[in-house]
Amino acid sequence: MLIFEHSRSGRTNPVQAPRGEAAKSDIPQRFRRRHRPLLPEVSEMQAVRHYTRLSRQNYAIDTHFYPLGSCTMKYNPRGCNTLASLPGFLGRHPLAPTPTHGQGVLACLFELQEMLKQVTGMQEVSLTPMAGAQGEFAGVAMIRAYHESRGDEERAELLVPDAAHGTNPATAIMCGYKVREIPTDAAGDVDIEALRQVAGPQTAGIMLTNPSTLGVFERRIHEIADIIHSAGGLLYYDGANLNAILGKVRPGDMGFDVIHLNLHKTFATPHGGGGPGSGPVGVGKRLLPFLPIPVVGRKGGSYYWLTEQEYPQSIGRLSAHMGNIGILLRAYIYIRMLGAEGIERIAEFATLNANYLMKRLAQNGFEMAFPERRASHEFILTLKNEAKQTGANAMDFAKRLLDYGYHAPTTYFPLLVPECFLIEPTETEDKATLDGFAEAMSAILQEARTNPELLKQAPHSLPVKRLDDVKAVRKLDVVWRG
Amino acid sequence: MPFIPHTADEVREMLALIGAQNIDELFSEIPLELRLRESGKLPPALTEMEVGRLMQERALQDSQPLCFIGAGAYEHHIPAAVWEIAARGEFYSAYTPYQAEASQGTLQLLYEFQTMMASLTGMDVSNASLYDGASALAEAVLMAVRVNHKSKSRRVLMPMTVHPVYRQVVRTIVHNQGIELVELPYCTECGNTVPDSLHRFADEDFAALIIPQPNFFGILEEVDLLTDWAYANGILAIGLVNPTALALLSPPDEWGGQGVDIACGEGQPFGAPLSSGGPYFGFLCCRESHVRQMPGRIIGRTTDTDGKAGYTLTLQAREQHIRRSRATSNICTNQGLMTTAATIYMALLGPAGLEQVAACCHAATRKLVENLGAIEGVEMQFDRPFFHEVVLVLDVPVQPLLDRLAQQQLLAGYHLGADYPELGNALLVCCTETKSDDDLQQFITLLSEAMADLRRSRC
Repeated sequence: MLIFEHSRSGRTNPVQAPRGEAAKSDIPQRFRRRHRPLLPEVSEMQAVRHYTRLSRQNYAIDTHFYPLGSCTMKYNPRGCNTLASLPGFLGRHPLAPTPTHGQGVLACLFELQEMLKQVTGMQEVSLTPMAGAQGEFAGVAMIRAYHESRGDEERAELLVPDAAHGTNPATAIMCGYKVREIPTDAAGDVDIEALRQVAGPQTAGIMLTNPSTLGVFERRIHEIADIIHSAGGLLYYDGANLNAILGKVRPGDMGFDVIHLNLHKTFATPHGGGGPGSGPVGVGKRLLPFLPIPVVGRKGGSYYWLTEQEYPQSIGRLSAHMGNIGILLRAYIYIRMLGAEGIERIAEFATLNANYLMKRLAQNGFEMAFPERRASHEFILTLKNEAKQTGANAMDFAKRLLDYGYHAPTTYFPLLVPECFLIEPTETEDKATLDGFAEAMSAILQEARTNPELLKQAPHSLPVKRLDDVKAVRKLDVVWRG
Repeated sequence: MPFIPHTADEVREMLALIGAQNIDELFSEIPLELRLRESGKLPPALTEMEVGRLMQERALQDSQPLCFIGAGAYEHHIPAAVWEIAARGEFYSAYTPYQAEASQGTLQLLYEFQTMMASLTGMDVSNASLYDGASALAEAVLMAVRVNHKSKSRRVLMPMTVHPVYRQVVRTIVHNQGIELVELPYCTECGNTVPDSLHRFADEDFAALIIPQPNFFGILEEVDLLTDWAYANGILAIGLVNPTALALLSPPDEWGGQGVDIACGEGQPFGAPLSSGGPYFGFLCCRESHVRQMPGRIIGRTTDTDGKAGYTLTLQAREQHIRRSRATSNICTNQGLMTTAATIYMALLGPAGLEQVAACCHAATRKLVENLGAIEGVEMQFDRPFFHEVVLVLDVPVQPLLDRLAQQQLLAGYHLGADYPELGNALLVCCTETKSDDDLQQFITLLSEAMADLRRSRC
C-alpha cells in the first residue's frame, strides 16, 4: 500500500506544524498557489508504521551479508552516526562565522584532510565533492585546468580501461574530453602495448582503479605511469577500491597525480539507500593550484576557509557550501577509532576474507575469472559454464541468493567477463558468514542442475517476485496518479 | 580489533585453506618497491568513549546561537519521527537498490517521494534526487541544452538574483562543455529581474532562462511574465524553487501560460538539519516529454511475475553504468537517505501542515519587517513582495556589526557586501517558523544596541 492510500481528507498532525494563525494575505494573489499539493494526510502513527514497514522490505548491511563488489558494503559503526549528530554539529548554519561558531567542526575537517593525505600519499586534499562521481569530475576538471594553464590545449583525449566504472567515461565527457578505451590483457592487467600505441600528444591523462575492477592489483603501474607522464599526460586514481590497499601502498607513491576517495566505501560512512556519499579529492604538486574550494586552512591555532584568494586558479566550487560535512564527520570519527594500526588491518582482513571466499567457492566447483591471481579485496567468478549447462544465468543465481538471505554480489560487471559475479565481502564479516555464503552458492548450483526453473523464477520468499523491468520502461509509471 | 570479528584461530584456518603462511603473503602481487614500509603518521586509536569526549567538546565549541541567516540553508523544525525512522539500519545501511526485489522499501519510498515532489512543483515527473540545489541547477542547465534542439547557441540566461554560489557552481560544472552563462542584471530598487529588461535579448539565441522563486534576496519574481517571455522566444524555462515556499506560491508548472520545462532546487528545508551545509539533497522535476534527458536515478512502478505491483530503477539506459560515455550525467550515488527523511517529513506535515510552516515563515518575517521601525538606521532595501527573507540596509558597516553580535550569540544575517557591493551596507535576514516573538524581540534589541554602539564609536 502506498502512503497516499492511507490518506483521508481533513486528517492533520497539528503537533508537527507550527502554532498560530498565519496570515498570508499580503502575498499578492498572482503569486499564490490555487490548490494544495497531493501530499498524504495521515497521522503520525500511520506514517511511522508505514515507513517502518517499508524499511523491513530492504536488505541492508545491518540485516544481511551484502557482498556487492566495488561498493565496499562494510559495517557502518553506530558511534559515528551518534557523534556526528550532536546538536552543535547538526544545528550549525553553513554561513555561521568560523572564528566564533565553527572552530569545532573545522578542526575535525582539517584533521581529516591531514589524515587522508597520510593514507593516500598526496600533497593536499579538498573534502568538498559530494560523491565519488563528483570527485571524479573535480579530478578530471583539474587535469584539464592544468593543461590549459600551460597553454597545452591539444590534449583532447582521456584514456580509460575497458574494465572501468561507467562513471569514468561519463565524467570524461562532462569535462569535455573524448574517451579512448584501453583493452585488458588475459591476466587482467592493462594491455601495456596497446597503451603505448595510443599515448601521445593528444593524451590528457588516464583514469585507473588499482586494484582494478577485475579484483587484481595492476602490477605494472610504474610502467603505466612512465608511459603517461612521458607523453605529457596525468594519472587519475579512482578510489573505489582503496579498501584493498590502505596502509599497504599509497596512490601517491604509485605515481598518481590526482585521486578521489569514496568515504561511503572505504571509511564506513553509510550508503543510505543510495547516498549521501562523499568523494574528497587529493592531488600531487602539479595539480595543487587547481583544487576545488573551499579547503580548510589553519593559522596560529585557528581554522578558516581557504577560498579563491588562496586558490585563484581553483576549478571552483562544486556545492552551495562545502559538501556533505555530516558524512565527513562520520569518516573522521571512524579513522580516529581505528588509528594507524586499525587502518592497516582494514586492507589485511578485507583481502583475507576475499581470498578465503574465493578459495572456498573454487573448491565448491565455481570458476574464477583469474584463478592464478591473488584476489584483492574482491574477486570475479564466472557462471558461463553453469549458464550453458543449466540455462540458469548469473541473474538467476543472484535472485536465488536473495531467497537464501544474502544480498547478491554485483552482476554483469565488469562487462568483459561473461555471466560474472563481482564479490566483495569486506573485512567486517566473520568466517561463519563467508562459509554460509559459499554453502548457499553450492546449494543453488545443485538446484540449477536439478531444477533450473527454481532459479529462473526466483526470488520466491521476498515481498515481490521477479519484477518486469521491461514493462517499467515501456509503460512508464514514475508518479502515482491515484 | 575494532569492527573486525576474526579470532586468531579463524585467521589460521583461513590462511591454511588459502595456502598462505601469513596475511602479508596475500599482498605479494604489489611490487615490493611500492610497499609502504612504516605505518602512516595517523593519531593512535581512540575508544568510542574517548572519541565521544572529543566530539562533545568540539560540538560545544560551535555552540547554538540564535540564527537569522538563511541564504540557501534554512532552519526548520524537524518532527522527531523523521530521523527516528530514517536512521533505521534498514534505510541507513542499504545501498542503491540494484536488486529491486530486496530493496522494495527504499524503492517504494522513492516512488512516493517522486510523486510528492511532482505534485508540489506541478510537474509530470521527478527524479530520485541529486546532490544539492546548486548542482541540481547545473544539471538542469545541461539537460536544457540537450533538450532544446531549436537553440544552437549553448547560451543560458542566468539572473543575478540567483544565489551567487549557485552561479559559481553552475559555471564550474558546465563550462568545460562550452556552455556560456549570460548574466541578467536586476533592479537595485526592487530586487527582482525586470521582465522588460529581457527585450534586448529577444533577437539572440539562448537555450534556457533560469527563473528563481523566491530569488536570493527573498523577493518574488514576476514568474508568469518571465516564463511567457521564454516560451515566446523558443527558450526553455528552468524554475529554481524553495520547496517550503511552494506550499504557498504557485507551482512552476502554472507559471505563465505554459509553465516551466524543468523545476529544480534545494531540498534541505524538508527534514535535513543545517549541518554546516550538508548532506542536503537536490531535486529535479520536468515535463514527461523530457524524462529521457533527465539525470540521476528514476524509480518506476511495474509488476512481478504474479502481476503484483512492485518498484524498480527505470530508464537506466540514461545512466552511466549502462550508457557510459553517452550517459545524461556521471551521477551514480545520490542523496538517498536525505530523500528518505524528506519523504517522511512531507508525510507527517501533509498539505495543511506544510502550508502552515510556509505561512508561519512568511508571517515571522513580516513581523520582523513591521518592527524594524524601532531600530534607528535600518531600512528595507526592496519594496516588493517577499517570502521569508528580506534585505536590510544599515547606516553602519555590516561586518563589524555581525562580529559583535556573534559574540552575543546572535547571527543576525548574511552580509551581501562581497556579492552585491552596489547595495552598500546590506544584510540578508531570514525568519522561519522557528523564530518566536521573543527571538524577534531579541534580534531588534541586540541589533539596535549594537548599531548605536558602533555609531558612537565612529563619532
